[in-house]
Amino acid sequence: MSPVAQNPTKNPLATGPAKPSRMQRAGAWSRRMPLLPALIFVILLTQIPFVTTIVISFMKWNAYYPDEIVFAGLSNFVKVFTDVNARQAILVTIILTVSVVVISLLLGLGAALLLDHSFPGRGIVRTMMITPFLVVPVAAALLWKHALYNPVYGLFNGLLRLVFGENAPQPDWISEHPLWAVIVAIVWQWTPFMMLIILAGLQSRPLDVVEAARIDGATGRQIFTHMTLPHLRPFMELAALLGAINIVQNFDHVFTITSGGLGTANLPYYIYQTFYTAHDYGRASAAGVIVVIGTIIIATFALRTVFTIFNEETR
Amino acid sequence: MSAYAPGTRAAQLGLKIRQKKTTRSSTLIGIGAWIVGLVFVFPVLWMVLTSFHREADAATNPPSFAAPLVLDGYRAFFDSNPWPSLLNSLTASVVSTILVILLAFPAAYALSIRPVKKWSDVLFFFLSTKFMPIVAGLLPLYLFAQKVQLLDNIWMLIAFYTTMNLPIAVWMLRSFLAEVPVEMLEAAEVDGAGLIRSLREVIAPVVMPGLAAAALICFIFSWNELLFARVLTGTVAQTAPVFLTGFVTSQGLFLAKVCAASLVVSLPVLLAGFAAQDKLVQGLSMGAVR
Repeated sequence: MSPVAQNPTKNPLATGPAKPSRMQRAGAWSRRMPLLPALIFVILLTQIPFVTTIVISFMKWNAYYPDEIVFAGLSNFVKVFTDVNARQAILVTIILTVSVVVISLLLGLGAALLLDHSFPGRGIVRTMMITPFLVVPVAAALLWKHALYNPVYGLFNGLLRLVFGENAPQPDWISEHPLWAVIVAIVWQWTPFMMLIILAGLQSRPLDVVEAARIDGATGRQIFTHMTLPHLRPFMELAALLGAINIVQNFDHVFTITSGGLGTANLPYYIYQTFYTAHDYGRASAAGVIVVIGTIIIATFALRTVFTIFNEETR
Repeated sequence: MSAYAPGTRAAQLGLKIRQKKTTRSSTLIGIGAWIVGLVFVFPVLWMVLTSFHREADAATNPPSFAAPLVLDGYRAFFDSNPWPSLLNSLTASVVSTILVILLAFPAAYALSIRPVKKWSDVLFFFLSTKFMPIVAGLLPLYLFAQKVQLLDNIWMLIAFYTTMNLPIAVWMLRSFLAEVPVEMLEAAEVDGAGLIRSLREVIAPVVMPGLAAAALICFIFSWNELLFARVLTGTVAQTAPVFLTGFVTSQGLFLAKVCAASLVVSLPVLLAGFAAQDKLVQGLSMGAVR
């Protein structure tokens, strides 16, 4: 929503443009024409709202008091930074994103390593693994909340009773471990994503080199740590990065499973609530600006990473 | 020679042992993979089974796996008038996907085949909009929609989904267009083909897989979106995910009904995703991984 990467680096992409054409002098505008509709569209719907957010963040504006819209200086920012809920939301966003990315990346790596071998029914297993990612996020969150976590008739407690009998423990998963309940449900959906990208990486591995190493007496573990993992690194970085972009913005699971309660409100939910329920437009915008600044800081580093990844992977 | 033979035999023996070992470990790997796959798909299978149970059978503890199968859940879902919201979701996803492709295809051309100056800055500008939490634009877009009376209007959502997915499509298509041989284009130009004709008749057939992958991923992301749909729409333009969130308000048992509803709403994405598994990887990685 803002110009983060105006100029991350001058280094041209390896994919590079085609050779400068003979028609170079035919006018820069004829070149720009095909680009302009998309560019204008994106600027209109991302940059202008963002500038508006900045403007509103300096105003005292609550929809309940429409006659009291005045300039408020930095007070909205002070409010956000002194608000316990806002600081909690920042912390939750970090914990949620980091744990989901790390866990689903490791699970995805494991699943990809298994699927890289050939065995009967491999196609079916691959399809089964992808399925969670293809369930609409709200539907998945509803499934976890009601059909799996529910303390009375959820499947988890049902299975516990089935296995351990009448006296089986019947935990109330969501109220006892609210953040973990959200994390597990998101991990379930994002592991297939990580797996797909890592699997694509595994399958692009030069097998003859691995075979040569094996003949030279390298053990499976040596091949894994010295050849497979280094080869997979850019793929895992890419998967982690793209996963993180999406998980930072998670709204559906937090909204559905806990309604942001029990200390699980992340920043998107906090902003949604401040704006949609509390109608404090000024404070919601200030929180939005803070989120964007935070993301810019992270993205400046991440974009460099993604740059090298695309550089290497596209050719 | 004779001194050499035992060595060879030992090597052969070693190879045989290793082969035996690999067949055994590959059996183990196969079993392991099946277990992992079943664990991941199990919640979905449970959702399918529950959706065909009566409400009373769906909410038992321990679970009743062998309860009779009925269509009550689906009947309850379709009786609650889900068609307008399903239709809205379809409109928003399909129309925004078409718009994305129409806008991104020429843009990708201008960023790869006949590049504008500073094309890499433009490309990274597109990507940077993807890094920004979309929630930061939620309030301004809401206020704008309110001002121009586009609240609860599907076109507002279509415009937003188009922006949301454009950067992904531009990046993807660019990586595909970069592979189109320049000679092909020049030949077409000699024949007098203009930009639109060479895009449609020369480039499109070559990059069809890329177009399909981009369209698939844009469709899925628009179909799934909840936050903006919830804020920007009301009763008229409500989409299927919003409809789902309002589905669990009633008292009493609702598990079978919710499972049926969740499945129906997820069905288009499931079918599209199964049909084009490889496209999924390309789309999700914005063309970086093929």
